[in-house]
Amino acid sequence: MGNITPITMPKFGLAMTEGKLASWSVPVGTDISAGQEIADIETSKITNGYESPAAGVLRRQVAPEGEMLPVGALIGVLADTDVPDADIDAFITKFNESFAPEGGGAEASDEPVRKAVTVGDLTISVQESGSSHEGVPVLLIHGFGGDLTNWLLTQPALSDTRHVISFDLPGHGESTKKVGDGSPVTFAETVAGLARELKIPRVHVVGHSLGGAIALELAKAHPDLVASLSLVAPAGLGSDINMAFINGFIEADRRKTLEPVVQCLVHDKSLITRQMLENIIRTKRLDGVVAGLRTIADTCFRDGKQAFPLRSVLETFTGPVQVLWGEADEILSVSGADGLPDAVTVVRYPDTGHMPQLEKAGDVSRALATFLDRAEA
Amino acid sequence: MTKKSFRQAINEALRQEMQRDPRVILMGEDVAGGRGGTSGVKDAWGGVLGVTKGLLTEFGEDRVLDTPISEASYIGAAAGAAATGLRPVAELMFVDFVGCCLDQIMNQAAKFRYMFGGKARTPLVIRAMYGAGFNAAAQHSQALYPLFTHIPGLKVVVPSSPYEAKGLLIEAIRDDDPVIFLENKVMYDDEEDVPDDPYTIPFGEANLTREGDDVTIVAFGRMVNFANQAADRLEKDGISCTVIDPRTTSPLDAATILDCVNETGRLVIVDESSPRCNMATDVAALVAEEAFDALKAPIRRVTPPHTPVPFATVLEKLYVPDVEKIEAAVRSVAAYRVKEEA
Repeated sequence: MGNITPITMPKFGLAMTEGKLASWSVPVGTDISAGQEIADIETSKITNGYESPAAGVLRRQVAPEGEMLPVGALIGVLADTDVPDADIDAFITKFNESFAPEGGGAEASDEPVRKAVTVGDLTISVQESGSSHEGVPVLLIHGFGGDLTNWLLTQPALSDTRHVISFDLPGHGESTKKVGDGSPVTFAETVAGLARELKIPRVHVVGHSLGGAIALELAKAHPDLVASLSLVAPAGLGSDINMAFINGFIEADRRKTLEPVVQCLVHDKSLITRQMLENIIRTKRLDGVVAGLRTIADTCFRDGKQAFPLRSVLETFTGPVQVLWGEADEILSVSGADGLPDAVTVVRYPDTGHMPQLEKAGDVSRALATFLDRAEA
Repeated sequence: MTKKSFRQAINEALRQEMQRDPRVILMGEDVAGGRGGTSGVKDAWGGVLGVTKGLLTEFGEDRVLDTPISEASYIGAAAGAAATGLRPVAELMFVDFVGCCLDQIMNQAAKFRYMFGGKARTPLVIRAMYGAGFNAAAQHSQALYPLFTHIPGLKVVVPSSPYEAKGLLIEAIRDDDPVIFLENKVMYDDEEDVPDDPYTIPFGEANLTREGDDVTIVAFGRMVNFANQAADRLEKDGISCTVIDPRTTSPLDAATILDCVNETGRLVIVDESSPRCNMATDVAALVAEEAFDALKAPIRRVTPPHTPVPFATVLEKLYVPDVEKIEAAVRSVAAYRVKEEA
């Protein structure tokens, strides 16, 4: 048969087992270039544009809109215009006959592992992937009110070649709901403790939002531990903070009241799904979560300003640093990326809100991979 | 997070609240189970359907009390214990047995706060099984939540899933008023993701399990799952439904029901209890009074017939509302058009 490329249900995030083809972005017959967005895929956690892995003409939309399919199932077919329809039909039949959803067969040993790690009096929920890879591991730190699933598109993209660790901060996700004084200093000590428990002497640190401030505190207090810093829309570099978001996030207790608050996180408001809101509400119902968020907000954002200026860390930190920021960030203004030392690589994403790792997932993962390669060269 | 059954979710809620608060105790017929037998094993059953299994071993006989077969005595004792500082969770086994202890619930526990001028608290939870479909015959199959909803001073919870059950039961135990917590006995093996940590779901706050534009379905307890299935089928035919799970019949989240009916203009109510003076009539009256102008079709109620629950399997199946009946009711209101005036 001629040059036929299957388009299959992608795996967004480690936990994804199935996805819904929410809508096709292009009609049958479109000439597609590699990387072009061809469909919107909806999972239990996120709706995301799917970029074509290859070039060719979209000859078939095998999956109808609204169809729920396992990861790896055939959703479309790319081929040149001169490939006969009969060949494409035969290809589809053959693919579907031999397709078996993952989970049934034996998987590689590099499957992501979720585990609980004891750090002092805290239990920290950790997700490790790519742990067979040598080299300095990558540690992902989420922000205020988030959890390790904020990295669901970043972690798998990096763990093909690296050992990647994400975790839930204290008071978040499935970790112990105790935040201490709620300061970035305290959280940084917990992160250092986690690295000790995992027997990791040196790590590339990626921090988002408040996780960025924690990464900076970690670089300040434990410079030997931090091989490089990647700061995604970080706190600590400016002084302004959107308190309407912070207070709204803490106070909202129904999907309806939470929706406009969470929409502040993204430029494309349609990314906020009902399931995302439900997941946040469910987390906030857990004993101790709302009180913990309140403590963090009172400590970190006293008087409506960021209470921990950390720009000076970038003057003294000797490792490579990059800052990634959405230009349409409504929570922490992108102006925080202005006037940084020359050695700092700064990338600004147009039409992107506070969560570039979700909204510009491909770009952010590529920027991180390139940066980490360079940091080690 | 792990998948847990309705039974495990309830067991976990009880265990975590007993760990958190030493005032929480359990009492009821066979909640420990096996006592009095000759095997020497005290924790054999953990309630007739195993819901409280393991709690006797963990918390001991001072906090997990097997009672004599006398609902009047132990429900009365639980009400008194609640009024004097404990937080008892009493199990009535089948809700049908409430006839033996209605005075203790209706005239005592429910009235303490009011009649003692707000000076008394009664943090009492009464758990009981309800519902048909278990082939347990007319005296063990009723859905009596309207009976309790009728009595001021009681809060009434009808959880629709394992996740809902854990959060609502913890809320019930922490509440300072008497709460009737009703578990559909057919649902004990239903499973879904339930967080390991304790959490609460507030009373009087309905949950929209589906959101649509054409028809509002209000459903209670086990019926929520049926309503969701009907809504998913109807969606394929272009009829989109909002499904409301009120979670508690008292307090009732009237505002959410009215908001949704104002949007869709069409209402179906699914209620497993007997059709006269039940939640369906209550919600229908609410909407007729407060959202009359929004209605584009008559309100339809999907309920059992006004008969005792049959024992014969075939008849019992006919008795309980099912997905097909809900679907038919929704189609009829969706197709309804107001006649032009002559």
